[in-house]
Amino acid sequence: MAKHETPLLDQLESGPWPSFVTDIKRQAEKKPECWDILGILELSFKERITHWKHGGIVGVFGYGGGIVGRYADVPERFPGVEHFHTIRVAQPSSKYYTSKNLRQLMNLWEKHGSGMTNFHGSTGDVILLGTRTENLEPFFWDLTHEMGQDLGGSGSNLRTPACCLGTSRCEWACYDTQEACHSLTMHYQDEIHRPAFPYKFKFKFSGCPNDCVAAIARSDVAVIGTWKDDIRIDQAAVKGYMANEFPANGGAFIGREWDAFDIQKEVIDLCPTNCMWMEDGELKIDDAECTRCMHCINVMPRALRPGAQGGASICVGAKAPILDGAQFATLILPFIPVTKDNDFEELIEFIESIWDWWMEIGKNRERVGETMQRVGLPTFLRAVGVEALPQHVKYPRENPYVFWNEEEVEGGFERDVQEFRARHAA
Amino acid sequence: MPTLEHNGSSFQVDEDGFLLTGMEEFNEDWIEYVSSVEGIEELTDEHRKVIDSLQEYYKKNGIAPMVRILSKTTGFPLKRIYELFPSGPGKGACKMAGLPKPTGCV
Repeated sequence: MAKHETPLLDQLESGPWPSFVTDIKRQAEKKPECWDILGILELSFKERITHWKHGGIVGVFGYGGGIVGRYADVPERFPGVEHFHTIRVAQPSSKYYTSKNLRQLMNLWEKHGSGMTNFHGSTGDVILLGTRTENLEPFFWDLTHEMGQDLGGSGSNLRTPACCLGTSRCEWACYDTQEACHSLTMHYQDEIHRPAFPYKFKFKFSGCPNDCVAAIARSDVAVIGTWKDDIRIDQAAVKGYMANEFPANGGAFIGREWDAFDIQKEVIDLCPTNCMWMEDGELKIDDAECTRCMHCINVMPRALRPGAQGGASICVGAKAPILDGAQFATLILPFIPVTKDNDFEELIEFIESIWDWWMEIGKNRERVGETMQRVGLPTFLRAVGVEALPQHVKYPRENPYVFWNEEEVEGGFERDVQEFRARHAA
Repeated sequence: MPTLEHNGSSFQVDEDGFLLTGMEEFNEDWIEYVSSVEGIEELTDEHRKVIDSLQEYYKKNGIAPMVRILSKTTGFPLKRIYELFPSGPGKGACKMAGLPKPTGCV
């Protein structure tokens, strides 16, 4: 495959940021079809339109997803990307690797594909970019037999779950996000590989409300760590911060002119519920009023820690704008334990109560967040067996269109107009 | 677009092997051809039930049924559908039935 003239892309080789163009050119020395990636992209830059055809249905036997088919619409000019399918490979929780594992995967990918990758797709998968249909089954065979790894999800199914790095190297994780993510991924292999849902469905696991995998914005079921008891305070370390022995926010703002640390200005006055104060040189927190926003802990990580009774809040229904507008997830379970000890029983039970309901009443290509909007939060809560709580709303409804069930109304809905007229002439 | 020959019949298909003109061109040779490429060893009445159900739904509604509707109308759980069609209801059964290629965020 010939090199192509790429004057527009060549400009993207300048500047300090790592250049994807330089990287593809380097790979093209080994895999000549990569010249055609650059060629077709240059054409798109010039014509300002994509040169991939619509859709593409390819896969491996036994699975209904995992591979995204793609074909060039100018294959005669760029035969190296005539077929350019993307393979999603399930990633390890939090994306920790050994170089041995990555080298093995890359050797496989250079054997069966272009050698180009995306580390990682937004949902979390290892993305292997560009191969031909006839290579799919051989690659899948090697991936499963030589490496013991599997494909990720695509289609109307459970997509590949992802998590923050959790307890592996964060002192704020309120539960083991990696264990939860891995266990549920294994538990729901069938739902990942064979689409059976009205539409896609995603899990994400964050260890605390900082939400480093953006679970609240990018998953249908967001498992966000929190705690029940009191924030743990080390008063000596608080004094250390006040004496400027430790940098605030772990030094995140070093190099900016923000003056010396002022606990009143940077912590107490910024607490969203005003539940903190200084008393006799000690920091006090009224934990009953604390919403666990993480701010004080983020500012003084050496002095403040989340409580010892960890668990998670479960929020449901986040989605991108199509069709009915973007949604963040809405709080459904304020606190549940999330633990391997009982194989994540509470979480699994809740997830399946959503699926049992949504698979039955969800319309074709309706995200669960849209189904919730369509039927209303009270109906959703009843469907998943959760009692309504004040915590379920930011504020109460302001319109008076309140629906009552017939059994809640004395005398029911059956009324006789004659009887009414007897008391109230027309 | 490629033309496929099988047992003397010829079919216009797209890159993924879906019939371009859909059910019009669908016939026994097509069923036999798809069986050979989609990992189906022996075509049974159960296969035909899935195919008939897909075609009937498509003729009536102009779209392919959702997976759970297919399961309901045929009485086959998804697991059984994969046993019958190893590439699944979309790539296997819809292709054989001559339905258009599934689209969207696949």
